[in-house]
Amino acid sequence: MPSASNAAPPGGAGPQVPRVAVADLTLAYGSSVIQRDLTFAVRRGEIFIIMGGSGCGKSTLLRGLIGLLPPARGDVLFDGRSFCTADPEERKRMERRFGVLYQKGALFTSMTLAENVALPLQEFTDLAAAQIREVVALKLALVGLAGFEDFYPSELSGGMQKRAGLARAMALDPDILFFDEPSAGLDPISSKLMDDLILELRDSLGATVVAVSHELPSIFAIGDNAVFLDAETGTMIAQGNPRALLAESTDPKVRAFLTRGDAGVPAR
Amino acid sequence: MAERWQMRVEHPVDGTALVRLSGSWRMEDRLPAVGEVQRQIETGRALRRIVFDTQGVTAWDTGLLAFVSKLREWGSAEGIEPDLTGLPEGIQRLLRLAAAVPPRKTGRSDIRLPWLARVGTTALAAWAGAAEMLTFVGGAFLAVLALLRGKARLRGSDLAVYIQECGASALPIVTLISFLVGLILAFVGAVQLRRFGAQIYVADLVGVAMAREMGPMMTAIIMAGRSGAAFAAQIGSMQANEEVDALTTMGLSPMEFLVLPRMVALTLMMPLLTLYADLLGILGGAFVGITMLGLAPTQYFHETQSFLNLTDFAMGLIKSVVFGVLVALAGCLRGMQCGRSSAAVGVAVTSAVVTGIVCIIFSDAILTVVYNALGF
Repeated sequence: MPSASNAAPPGGAGPQVPRVAVADLTLAYGSSVIQRDLTFAVRRGEIFIIMGGSGCGKSTLLRGLIGLLPPARGDVLFDGRSFCTADPEERKRMERRFGVLYQKGALFTSMTLAENVALPLQEFTDLAAAQIREVVALKLALVGLAGFEDFYPSELSGGMQKRAGLARAMALDPDILFFDEPSAGLDPISSKLMDDLILELRDSLGATVVAVSHELPSIFAIGDNAVFLDAETGTMIAQGNPRALLAESTDPKVRAFLTRGDAGVPAR
Repeated sequence: MAERWQMRVEHPVDGTALVRLSGSWRMEDRLPAVGEVQRQIETGRALRRIVFDTQGVTAWDTGLLAFVSKLREWGSAEGIEPDLTGLPEGIQRLLRLAAAVPPRKTGRSDIRLPWLARVGTTALAAWAGAAEMLTFVGGAFLAVLALLRGKARLRGSDLAVYIQECGASALPIVTLISFLVGLILAFVGAVQLRRFGAQIYVADLVGVAMAREMGPMMTAIIMAGRSGAAFAAQIGSMQANEEVDALTTMGLSPMEFLVLPRMVALTLMMPLLTLYADLLGILGGAFVGITMLGLAPTQYFHETQSFLNLTDFAMGLIKSVVFGVLVALAGCLRGMQCGRSSAAVGVAVTSAVVTGIVCIIFSDAILTVVYNALGF
């Protein structure tokens, strides 16, 4: 929320402290290192893109950021406070401040859309049932799904499931929204609508957005800042505004990615 | 208790209500209901406009958004259009966004059908279900015929995997259950027979009960819970994942590719497992006979041997083949009927086990009556 994000975060850190800071992070499954030595910062109210070709570890990095994959080395800091070394209570408090939209929505199939969105509200707030219904209706209206309260996820198209997943991710008014491939699998128009929705929500809610994406139009449309992950070297090889990277980057891999291989280097 | 939010309704001009909000308007602040505003608006005056002043609001979230949206809803029902310009910029944008896509008339109705109509709908659904089941059984039968005529392909590697899955891998659980069933039967018999000094007949009782009834039935129930459920889960998740569709479009019949090997494997393994279960059950009975009733091992086995004949075992084995076919069919049928979600897979598995066990008991009753009529 705008007011919340202007105020000093708990812990007394000033507004110059980045919302999310990744410090020397190395992610591995067992002994196979996926990405190493990642260091970057996401400022408040920014839309930050994690980009790179398929299989470079974008989604793994996201899993590391939201705590699903404990890092092999390094740390993730939210508002300057360590997330990876936080005790379970504090970790829960931090987790409640972020919302995650999974690649396929990850809606609970045995619940209706309304029940899906209501679940975090029921569990983490003391709102009355009637108020929860209002909030749920509002959240669904925000993602363009007004009137779909009683539908089950299996009755919806992929794009609608994704938007419903977004409504659930926003249920608790998170400060940080994580998106895993927000526009993947959507047709160009739905994909554009999703981008507009992300921009609109960021502007009106003041939330910080971290999105994994490899969809160029979407990256250029919404990205304020980005890191480029490389599968071969297993680390980040570029950082900056995607449009600026397109104009200025001299790295052949980054250029090939951002120009769909037209830069004379075989793509991916 | 002092609230963290404050609200005052003023009437600066006749016909205008100024809703002045200040303090913290977040979800956890126990925000007021819209009725509070209605109460504060002076009655008896014609209200034409609602305006907001939110300069004193220090923090807000969806709580304020829901409040304003509800107020607006009430306003438009009363014919008053609230003027939103006094609200925070973010709220105005979000309200516009929420109104961007009009609520869809989804055509859902919660009207309860009359009693007769519900009976009719249920009956039609049951009929459709029965037709679907018959179609499936017919399809499976045709596939078996094709296999026998050498027209259907049975992938050997698949068959081997299923044979291991529902044969060798089931041995530990079948061992445990059959041994215990034999033991229980012996206990029940011993209590009665000891009163007449006829302990030795425990051997006859356990032997005949295991061979004709309990061996095949317990094995079948274990396999319904083990393999029937596994078949439904495997095929069901393939169905949910569109893999069955992929098979069909490749020109491979799901019936041949998925159902046939499972059915053949289970039908082949059931009699073997049943024989094994019979033996273990008799051992369980012998354990009780020897340790509790003081019978000599040779005595017990001699009695069993002289009382049982091959017909008893054959009767049990015929049953076990029938059970095997039924359990495999129930598992595969429920898997093929599975919907396209992960929840549907769970439903399919439950349904496969229930259907399997009902079929087992039902066919067992029929077969027992038939055997009796034929004099076996």
